[in-house]
Amino acid sequence: MTKLPFYKRLSFEETFWGWAFIIPAVLGLILFRFGPVLASLYFSFTKYDILSPPQWIGLTNYRGLVNDTYWLKSIQVTLNYTILFIPLSLIVAYIIGLLMSQELRGISLYRTMWYLPSLVPTVASAVVWRWALNPEFGPVNYPLRALGYDAPGWLTDPDWIIPSVVLIQLWGLGNAALIFLAAIKGVSPTYYEAAEVDGANAWVKFWWITLPMTSSVIFFQLIMTVIASFQVFGVAYILFSGQTTSDPAGPGNAALFYVLYTFRNAFGYFKNGYASAMAWAMFLVILLLTFILFRTQKRWVYYEVEGEE
Amino acid sequence: MRRQQTISKLLGLLIVGGGGLIMLLPFVWLISSSFKAANKIYVFPPQLIPDPFRWQNYVEVFTAVPVLTYTQNTLIVTVFATLGTVISSVVAGYAFARLRFKGRDTIFSLLLATLMLPYVVIMIPVYVMFSKVGWINTLYPLIIPNYFGDAFFIFLLRQFFRTIPMELEDAARIDGAGRPRVLFQIMAPLARPAIIVVTIQSILGEWNAFMQPLIFLTKRSMWTLALGLNSLQRFETGRDWTHYMMVLGVFMVIPVVIMYFLAQREFIQGIALSGMKA
Repeated sequence: MTKLPFYKRLSFEETFWGWAFIIPAVLGLILFRFGPVLASLYFSFTKYDILSPPQWIGLTNYRGLVNDTYWLKSIQVTLNYTILFIPLSLIVAYIIGLLMSQELRGISLYRTMWYLPSLVPTVASAVVWRWALNPEFGPVNYPLRALGYDAPGWLTDPDWIIPSVVLIQLWGLGNAALIFLAAIKGVSPTYYEAAEVDGANAWVKFWWITLPMTSSVIFFQLIMTVIASFQVFGVAYILFSGQTTSDPAGPGNAALFYVLYTFRNAFGYFKNGYASAMAWAMFLVILLLTFILFRTQKRWVYYEVEGEE
Repeated sequence: MRRQQTISKLLGLLIVGGGGLIMLLPFVWLISSSFKAANKIYVFPPQLIPDPFRWQNYVEVFTAVPVLTYTQNTLIVTVFATLGTVISSVVAGYAFARLRFKGRDTIFSLLLATLMLPYVVIMIPVYVMFSKVGWINTLYPLIIPNYFGDAFFIFLLRQFFRTIPMELEDAARIDGAGRPRVLFQIMAPLARPAIIVVTIQSILGEWNAFMQPLIFLTKRSMWTLALGLNSLQRFETGRDWTHYMMVLGVFMVIPVVIMYFLAQREFIQGIALSGMKA
């Protein structure tokens, strides 16, 4: 081992304080993250109602998943939602960010208008939207009626429930729009100036400069949105979970989101081993998807090489 | 070229401005409905100006629903959880950014990896753990874990600490200041913008929290505002309290909106910070 110059050698003082400062975080990591992760892996191989100790049943829970029509339903619901929500929210948010990035007059007002809804607590937004989407009384139906359409049963027709949840969630897309806005504004103007000298039009500048230069932020948002979409719970629980856990989650269980079904298994039916298996199945899918997304990133994500690091 | 720009700006104003107004409509509905009589909310066409105008909704709601208890519980959780998460994250963020010690980078990567961990995976063991110590139906499960740092906040703070010039710290060190003093008297004040961002995000998260309170709090007297509003909105009382629901909705939204207007700059800064990648 080569001897490090004095300023690179680890000092006792730094080691001591370093560990002293991170010890709460390390304990948290063990107590509230890795410990529970391992425990739930163990529970997923057991039958466990919390009152009596877990009983080892091997792979039974995992085998049971495949034959559970509700489990399959919950996957279908979650996937339908994800497929609809992710492209819609990212594209709309990006377009809004792009439009805001022009020197518009009154930009801080627009920023506020778009951003505020993303701060509204889920419960409060559910209250408003339950009314707004009421087929008889909801104001959302105004434009539909004006165009001569009948309002769909937004929250009562199984086919409309997922689109309704998407609509409610899209109300909060201002946060992503502003993230994109910040990224777009962060692109150095010298690129655009150089392109203008070459006579590039707006589309060329967008396609060859703005989009690639913000692709790392798009990638980050994509990953975060995928992970969040798999975990939709609040809206579904509040609007569709009914009075008891034996009620269907929305008509025909159309709002039986994956996490909602996991939650019901755990705290409604006390099938904690089964719920743990469900949670682990989802966790593995998230890990796999993230891994795949990271693998594709070389093809479409551009990182600036220069910078402090 | 000029003309093209003008057109695109006009289009921008139309979409961003018009869309922005549409985004505000639910707020208008919420506030307007909160002043209506229960049977005047679900009517068509909706009334913008309530008739009768029932400002007394805002008084009656306090006797109909234990609003004060809910608010008190929510405030306790928000204040103490934020306090814990900010202190523990600042301290850890500084260590990860500025101190060199063995194991630092390994632990930091483990910490970052937990950002991908869905809450459902750990929900059951954490519930079991807290029920073993008798903390179900107390506010502790919502507060105590925050004293062990938050991975995302630690990450944000670390990024910020790394941008502070080394010289400022070195000068204090030469004057003989110990690490805790350097951190709390020199670095923390310099990292104020990032600390405010983290504080705001934590307050928002706690105020809006739904799933964890739902899991740990089953007794009405321990409920937070979010749980109270949820029970009204699932018509658990069997009465038409739609107007009180709207009032509670306003109660939940107003503090958040006020906070936004007080700290607009920090909110925007926070968005830019949280959008950047590792």
